[in-house]
Amino acid sequence: MSDSIDNPQTASTEAPTPEAKAAAHTRRAFLFKLSVALNAAVGAVLAVPLVGYLLGPALGKNAKLGAWIPIGDLAEFPVGETRLAEFRSPVASFDDGDTAKTACWVRRISQQKLQVFAINCAHLGCPVRWFAQSKLFLCPCHGGAYYEDGSRASGPPERSLFEYRYQVIGTTLSIHAGDMPTLSTQASCNQPKPLIQIAPTTTRSDEWPA
Amino acid sequence: MASLKQSAIAVYEWVESRLGIIQPLTDAATHPTPASNASWWYVFGSAATVLLVFQVVTGILLALVYSPSANEAWTSLGILNHTIPLGWYLRALHGWGSDFMIAIVLIHLVQVFLFGAFKFPRELTWILGVFLLLLTLGMAFTGQVMRFDQDAYWGLGIGASIVSRVPFIGAPLVHLLLGAPIIGGATVSRFFTLHVFVIPGMLLGFAFLHIFMTLKHGVSEWPMPGRLVRKSTYVAEYHDLTAKTGIPFVPDAAWKDAVFAAAIILAVMACAFFFGPFGPTGTPDPTIIQTAPKPDFAFLWIYAVLAFLPNSLETPVLFVVPVVVIVGMLLLPLVAGQGERHWSRRPIAVLMVAVIALTLGIFTHLGTYTPWSPVMDAWTADPIPVEYLHNRTPLERQGALVLQDKQCRNCHSIGGSGGQRGPALDSIASHMTEDQIIRQILQGGGNMPAYGNALNPSETKALMRFLMTLRGDQAPAIDASRTLANTDQPQAAQPAPGPK
Repeated sequence: MSDSIDNPQTASTEAPTPEAKAAAHTRRAFLFKLSVALNAAVGAVLAVPLVGYLLGPALGKNAKLGAWIPIGDLAEFPVGETRLAEFRSPVASFDDGDTAKTACWVRRISQQKLQVFAINCAHLGCPVRWFAQSKLFLCPCHGGAYYEDGSRASGPPERSLFEYRYQVIGTTLSIHAGDMPTLSTQASCNQPKPLIQIAPTTTRSDEWPA
Repeated sequence: MASLKQSAIAVYEWVESRLGIIQPLTDAATHPTPASNASWWYVFGSAATVLLVFQVVTGILLALVYSPSANEAWTSLGILNHTIPLGWYLRALHGWGSDFMIAIVLIHLVQVFLFGAFKFPRELTWILGVFLLLLTLGMAFTGQVMRFDQDAYWGLGIGASIVSRVPFIGAPLVHLLLGAPIIGGATVSRFFTLHVFVIPGMLLGFAFLHIFMTLKHGVSEWPMPGRLVRKSTYVAEYHDLTAKTGIPFVPDAAWKDAVFAAAIILAVMACAFFFGPFGPTGTPDPTIIQTAPKPDFAFLWIYAVLAFLPNSLETPVLFVVPVVVIVGMLLLPLVAGQGERHWSRRPIAVLMVAVIALTLGIFTHLGTYTPWSPVMDAWTADPIPVEYLHNRTPLERQGALVLQDKQCRNCHSIGGSGGQRGPALDSIASHMTEDQIIRQILQGGGNMPAYGNALNPSETKALMRFLMTLRGDQAPAIDASRTLANTDQPQAAQPAPGPK
C-alpha cells in the first residue's frame, strides 16, 4: 500500500512502466491531490478577509479622515505675529495619549487673512521652530529654513511648509486637520502641490526693493 | 557510585530511545572541520547567535512590564528605570545587546566577505545572511520605536515622510506604516507586533536555516592564495581536506567560540552596568517642539546622508540606492561564486570594504554632531568675544547686537561658538568685500536664506559695519575689478594674435 504514495517525480526519471504509472494514479493519490486543492481553496477564502484586515488602515474611508477643529480665539493671534497653537487631533484614537496633541503655527497677516502652517518640516517631518527676529522657520533635523509666509528659504526641503485650510466663524479660528502632513498626505492644502518641484526654487530677490 | 552512573545511563537511554534527537545533535556538534578553522577569526557567527538568544531572553523579561500603548509606553519605561528592581539593568542589557549584535553581525559579514566564504557551495547561506542583516536592522529600528520617547516619535515621522515619497502609493503606504492617519496608539501596537512577533520569528527561522546549511556544507576552510574554488572539484577537495586534517568542531574548535561569546556577553553586561539604559528622552508629545530628534547609532549615517543630498536627488536616491545595494549583495555569490577566495588576490573586495567602512564611519561621525543643523539657542546663549568689541565705533557695536538679535549665530559661529551650517564669521571680511556681504545678507543664496525682509536699512548698515571689522590679522578683501575700473591708466593693450 505504501508504494502508491511514493514520490512520483523520482520514478519518472527512468521511463516508467505502465504498471508504475497506474500505481501512481491510485484512488488515494487522487484523493490526496483533491485534498490539497481543497485546502488551497479554503486558504484563499481565509486569506481575503485577513489581507483586507491588514490593509484596512490604507483602504477606503479610513484613508480620508479629517474634520474642522477650533484651535482658538482670533484674539490670541495678534495681527503681524506668528504664534504656536495646539489642538487635539480630530482623528485621534482611544489609546493615542499625548501623541494626539498636535501643534501648528498661526500667522495672522491681517484682520481676516491668516496662514496656518503644520509644524512638520516638508523635508522629513521634524518640528520647525519660528524665529520672529529673523522671520524664519528653522528645522532642527537637517537645517531646512522657511520664510514667514512658509515658502522655502534654504536647506533640503523641496517645497514650502504644509498649510492647513482655515475658517473664521465669529471670532473662532478653525482648521481642517486629519492626516499627519507628509508629501503625499498633505495637510489639506489650499492648492494641491506637486510631489517634487521640478522648477528651480524661486529666489526672492524680486519681492523686495534692492 | 557505579550504580548511580548506571542508572543515569539507563535514564538517558530511555529518553533517547523515545526522543531520538540527542545522538544526531551530538554528531552534528562533533562533526569534523578542517584544522585551520580553529581560529579567532571564525567566532563571530556563533557570537551573533548567542546575542540573538540573549536579546530574546532579555526582551521577554522586559515584556513582563512594558506596556505597548502610545498612552502608557513612556510611563512604563520610567517604571522599568526607576521603580521595578533591576528594571534599569534589563533595559540596559537589551539596549546594549542590540548595539553589540549589530556590530557583531557586521563584523561577521565583513569576515565572510573578505575570506570569500560566500562562494560555492555556500551561496544560499550568504543570501540568508543578507536577510539576517536586514532583519537585525529591522529589529534595531522597531526597537527604537519601542523606546517611545521624542526621538521615537519624530523618527516615526521621518519614516513616514520617507515612505510618503513613494510614487503613486505614498499615502496608502503611510497609513499602512502608521496604522492610522497620525502617529499614535495604532502605530505603537504594530511596531510592537513587528518587534516582538514578526521579525524575531523570521530571525530565528532564518538563523536556524543559516546554521543548518553551515553544518551541511561545513565551515569554509581557511583561504589560501591560489587555491581556487571550482564547482566541479570543490566539494571533493573540501572532504579530502576534512578527512586529512579534520578535528571535531566540539571541542577542538568550539572552545574559541565559547570564550569569545562569554567575552561579548561580559562586555554587554559591563556596558549595561556602567553606562546604564538608553533614555527614554522626553515624552512623545508632538507639541513639545524644543527637540532635536536623532536616530540611534546604527542609523546616524542615513540621517547624515539625508542632510547632504541635493533635494532633486533625494527621492530617487532614497528608493533606488537601497534596492541596488541589497540586490547587489544578494547576487554577489551567484556572480562571484567561484575562483580566488584569499583577500590578497581580491584587491577590489578589500578596497570596497575599506571605502564603505570609511564612508559609513564619516557619515556616522557627522551624524553625532550634525553640523548642518542650526543651533537653536546660539543667539541667546553664545556671547560675542570681547576682543571683537574693543575699539569699535558705536555703529559697529550696534551691528554686533543686530547679529545676535537676528539669530545669525544659529548658523554662523564666532569665536568658536554657534552653528556650523554657514561659514564661521571670524575673518569674513578678509575674503568677502562689503558689496558681497550686503548682497549675501539681503538676497541670500547658496545655503543662506535672504534677510531682506527681516532687516531694515539701518540694521543692515550696522551689521555690515560690524562684519567688516572681522578679518583677523588679514587685509580686507578687495574687489579686483573695481580697482581696475578706478585706475586712470588704461591697461597696456595685449598684443592681439594677428593672422599669420
